[in-house]
Amino acid sequence: MTKYVIKRLLQAIPLMLIITIISFLIITLAPGDPAAMFINPEKIGHVNLALIRHNLGLDRPLYIRYFIWLKNLLHGDFGLSFFNNRPVLDLLFEALPNTLILSLTAMVFSVVVAIPAGIISAIKKGTALDYFFSIISYIGISIPSFWFALMLLLAFGAKLHWLPIGGMRDNYDAFDLVDRVRHLIIPAIVLGMSGMSTYMRFMRGAMLEVKNQDYVRTARSKGLSERVVILKHTLRNALLPLITLLGFMIPDLIGGAAIVESVVSWPGIGRIVVNANFQRDYPIIMGDLVFVAVLVVLGSLIADVLYGVADPRIKYN
Amino acid sequence: MAEINLNKKDQEIEVLMAENSDYSDTFLKKFQVFSRRFKKNKLAVIGLVVLLLLYASAIFAPLLAPYDPDGSANDITLIDRAPTIHSYMAEDMTGAMVKYKPNFFGRDELGRDVLSRCLYAGRISLSIGFVAVAISIFIGTVWGCIAGYYGGVVDNIMMRIVDAVMSIPTFILLVTVMSIFKPNIFLVMVVIGLTTWTGTARFIRAEFLSLMKRDFAEAARCVGAKDSRIIFRHILPNALSPLIVQATLGVAGAILTESALSFFGIGVQPPTASWGNMLYAAQDLNTMVNTPWKAIYPGLLIFITVLSFNFLGDGLRDALDPRMKQ
Repeated sequence: MTKYVIKRLLQAIPLMLIITIISFLIITLAPGDPAAMFINPEKIGHVNLALIRHNLGLDRPLYIRYFIWLKNLLHGDFGLSFFNNRPVLDLLFEALPNTLILSLTAMVFSVVVAIPAGIISAIKKGTALDYFFSIISYIGISIPSFWFALMLLLAFGAKLHWLPIGGMRDNYDAFDLVDRVRHLIIPAIVLGMSGMSTYMRFMRGAMLEVKNQDYVRTARSKGLSERVVILKHTLRNALLPLITLLGFMIPDLIGGAAIVESVVSWPGIGRIVVNANFQRDYPIIMGDLVFVAVLVVLGSLIADVLYGVADPRIKYN
Repeated sequence: MAEINLNKKDQEIEVLMAENSDYSDTFLKKFQVFSRRFKKNKLAVIGLVVLLLLYASAIFAPLLAPYDPDGSANDITLIDRAPTIHSYMAEDMTGAMVKYKPNFFGRDELGRDVLSRCLYAGRISLSIGFVAVAISIFIGTVWGCIAGYYGGVVDNIMMRIVDAVMSIPTFILLVTVMSIFKPNIFLVMVVIGLTTWTGTARFIRAEFLSLMKRDFAEAARCVGAKDSRIIFRHILPNALSPLIVQATLGVAGAILTESALSFFGIGVQPPTASWGNMLYAAQDLNTMVNTPWKAIYPGLLIFITVLSFNFLGDGLRDALDPRMKQ
């Protein structure tokens, strides 16, 4: 097991390198001369552009600049934010817990709804209930999340006053669980919607597939009750591939979080990058790209390891 | 001599015609089977009909739109007017009473008719999806073909790059790229295409790995067929049906992505209207409470379009490739 985790970590290294190369190439593709950002043409008439470029290291070859940038990244130096002059990594780490809370709640919500709904759809295949759940899952993958969030804020926040209209907390004096949960409901539902639909469809398919396996027939012919057959024999085997799917959905979850966070003013890393984009704060934009990719790679790693824990048939060599 | 040649040509034409009719016959049969299966899926039929209506309304927008989508000078007196189903009298710029056509979707913050804008915006939103998906399917197919056909080190490097691109959430990658360049419609299409090809690449590669081992590919290689012939004549046609399904579902995804980018002001730029950037002006909560029609209708149109594409995509999958039906 430990060996497998180490092997997966080692595999993640080339992956991360490619991600940094892609990120670096994107920023160097930017049109215009970065040195020009340091010049105010109204104040200075004559500038030695070559000197500025030399001081910034822009006159060096592309690959050298990449290695310098990479070296800084490895030392945890993601640069300073243009906007408020703080280290990018600090800003991202401050926002990380908020994004994690939101994403995990969304994930839990989607799984908790999707598993029973998927099971019921599979058992009652072809009935009105199955049809109902399939419509729900179509809606979940089709609804634009930013619009759905706006509509929920409008209906439950602004009109009915049941829930707050955005933000993460109202009570800044102390930790107030009820206050936090009330703020979490709308973003978590919106963020969990597409995952819920995907898992629901997947669960239904997996249940239908497992239902016809020999061991399920054996269990039934032993005279076990339908309940035991479904919960112990069918469900447990259908659940396994869901863990892998959860791993696959992590990029979607974090990308979706960026949208939802921006709409409901949730102070997470996604909102930071969207705001940084408006302020043309390149160090944050670049740092966030790498940071988020690291999160995704770590997330898939955890999903893989969990899969191994849950399924003893898998041997890691 | 000339006569013999002529005869030969006639024969050739006959053979060709026979082949063609034979081919069209099987194609017709295939199509009949396909349409019978497709019609069984009610949701897919609904999706197709709704999409046809939406595309027709976008194409015929100049005929259907009651007002100029870019507004007129008189609109200044009618800012944020609520939706009406009747025509009404109101003062125009000069103070004279004028009869106005109904505003079914209300008017926006510049007094423009929201319905007319929605119709014209549909032209942008509905076409962006197709171009973006065409680009993404093209790159993904070429990438997957090369990786799957040549295998080994090439495959390994190419698929690690796919893994890397997949690890970066598409939306964040898009925000980064769009923030570097000045956003415009073409960039939106190209960038969505450039960031969403990984799924297709993986799928095509997997298809290659399984099809290359089949007897027909082996046989083609034995008779000395060139690489390009094996790829285009023997393997790709087998992957066509799933590709069509992927493309349909991809259009849904691309429309969603475009609307999200435009919603944040980094997609399609005003004055060109898209359903996404119509929402950009309406995202402020005060605006939404006071003039909800500006936020509701464009969003509803995005939702209906994407839903229909998803219905259609799943219907196509069931009809084209019954093995994949769950």
